[in-house]
Amino acid sequence: MIRLALVAVLALWPALVGAKEGIVAGLSESRVSITADFDGSEILIYGAVKREEPIPEGPPLHVIITVEGPSTALTVRKKERRFGIWVNTEAVQIGRAPSFYAVATTGPLHEILSETENLRHKITIPRAIRAVGISDQARDAPGFVEALQRVRTREGLYRMDERTVRLTESTLFRTDVQLPANLTEGDYRVRIFLTRGGAVVNALERRINVRKEGLERFLFNLSREQPLVYGLLSLLIAVAAGYGASTMFRLVKR
Amino acid sequence: MQIYLPIAEVSVNAFLLLGIGGIVGFLSGLFGVGGGFLITPLLFFIGIPPAIAVATGANQVVASSISGVLAQLKRKAVDLKMGIVLLAGGLGGSAIGVWVFARLTAAGQVDLLVQLSYVFFLGFIGLTMLIESTRALMRSKTAGGPVRRAHTHNWVHGLPLKMKFRASGLYISVLPPLGVGALVGFLAAIMGVGGGFIMVPAMIYLLGMPTKVVIGTSLFQIIFVTAFTTVMHAVTANTVDMMLAILLILGGVVGAQFGAMAGSRLRAEQLRILLSLLVIAVAGKIGLDLLLRPAELYTLTPGLLP
Repeated sequence: MIRLALVAVLALWPALVGAKEGIVAGLSESRVSITADFDGSEILIYGAVKREEPIPEGPPLHVIITVEGPSTALTVRKKERRFGIWVNTEAVQIGRAPSFYAVATTGPLHEILSETENLRHKITIPRAIRAVGISDQARDAPGFVEALQRVRTREGLYRMDERTVRLTESTLFRTDVQLPANLTEGDYRVRIFLTRGGAVVNALERRINVRKEGLERFLFNLSREQPLVYGLLSLLIAVAAGYGASTMFRLVKR
Repeated sequence: MQIYLPIAEVSVNAFLLLGIGGIVGFLSGLFGVGGGFLITPLLFFIGIPPAIAVATGANQVVASSISGVLAQLKRKAVDLKMGIVLLAGGLGGSAIGVWVFARLTAAGQVDLLVQLSYVFFLGFIGLTMLIESTRALMRSKTAGGPVRRAHTHNWVHGLPLKMKFRASGLYISVLPPLGVGALVGFLAAIMGVGGGFIMVPAMIYLLGMPTKVVIGTSLFQIIFVTAFTTVMHAVTANTVDMMLAILLILGGVVGAQFGAMAGSRLRAEQLRILLSLLVIAVAGKIGLDLLLRPAELYTLTPGLLP
């Protein structure tokens, strides 16, 4: 029993020590509404490092902030030349990949975060993608995961913004994260990490709720819950518009 | 003005969509085709996911065909009986098409099927029409050329199950119209088109229908086939984006009326040459995309393989 308690204390020790520097953080918005005129959104993430003692000696404090959209399973397909034309051939299935992922830091990531800590907290983009057991699905399976990152980075969905978090007096920090217009709805997880010498000393999690609102919400729900009604309504609009236009023009011509 | 499309989940410029609808509507009014063969590739081009472009394209064709058929009905240029026979074939073809589309989406080959259909059918029809209408134009210029008969008898007229089509002045078997209808219905489902560009030449050259009732009759049956396709896609795959459809339709119905006005000032042969050139251009563009090495070899699709 005593041995068990000792193990528990030892296991918790880093956390207890790390808690010397706590995080207080806020978001400019905890809710993003996707309305018909939605054209992306900017979220301000700010906060402060809470201490009971003076700023500790040693390696400088760094802040890493990640924003992660809802994850989905994906299939990545590769085109190859067959019979003179380019067709999809091999496919690799990715278990989970975030629909949006942004990393903002105070410094170069490889200097302020060790590989073990990255593995544990899954901070960088390759770590955030869960692609297990893909090696037997295609000849060059890692190439498919790289392609996934490349495509999403080009679409502005994966971003790696080093040195975009401003840290003042090792205490106050702030950054802006741009959410693109082609956003999917769901809970977006914001994580804030404090690191010293590559080790994570404390972390905090917040959520941003991204939802379709108004007409967008109504149409999306209708298309999923009452697909037949939705289909017939689409038709009705088409019929009314076609009829309306021809009647209107006949009147104008007269 | 950016607008967020609820089903496609992308944000696009509303005026761009109105413009696309307008241009395609103008051309469809001018040539008497639905315009789906233009709108679907254009939607791919501006980044609408293919499945949504195909389903929503079908919805847009419903509106432009209705706008067109009303004008044709006034001129009594619709053979309703023939339209219904074509439609019976069309609904069967469409149901098969929607099923094939869903299966191929799962297999990841739907883009290829759509692209190949476009290249093959548009290329073939475009070339045939270009050759035929150039000849017709030449013939009309050289006065006193051989007089062409209203329609020539071929193997089509030897089939059983004959039926009278009064408005077209035909007494032929119902099998060829049923077959043409089914083919067009199938293409409507997998290409997001009404199939007017296949229907019109097939009616003229295969069924021997008089040109004056061809456009109206083709539009008449396209309305029902694309309406059926729209609902099928909405129910089986949730791929109809109403917001996208509304913008395309608004641009399209207005454009169609202007197109019809412009069309009445051009000669039939000239119109056919222009249409065939347009069709060949679209086929050529899609064909090149298949032949040239794409900039990005990898594509992402949500969901796992079944």
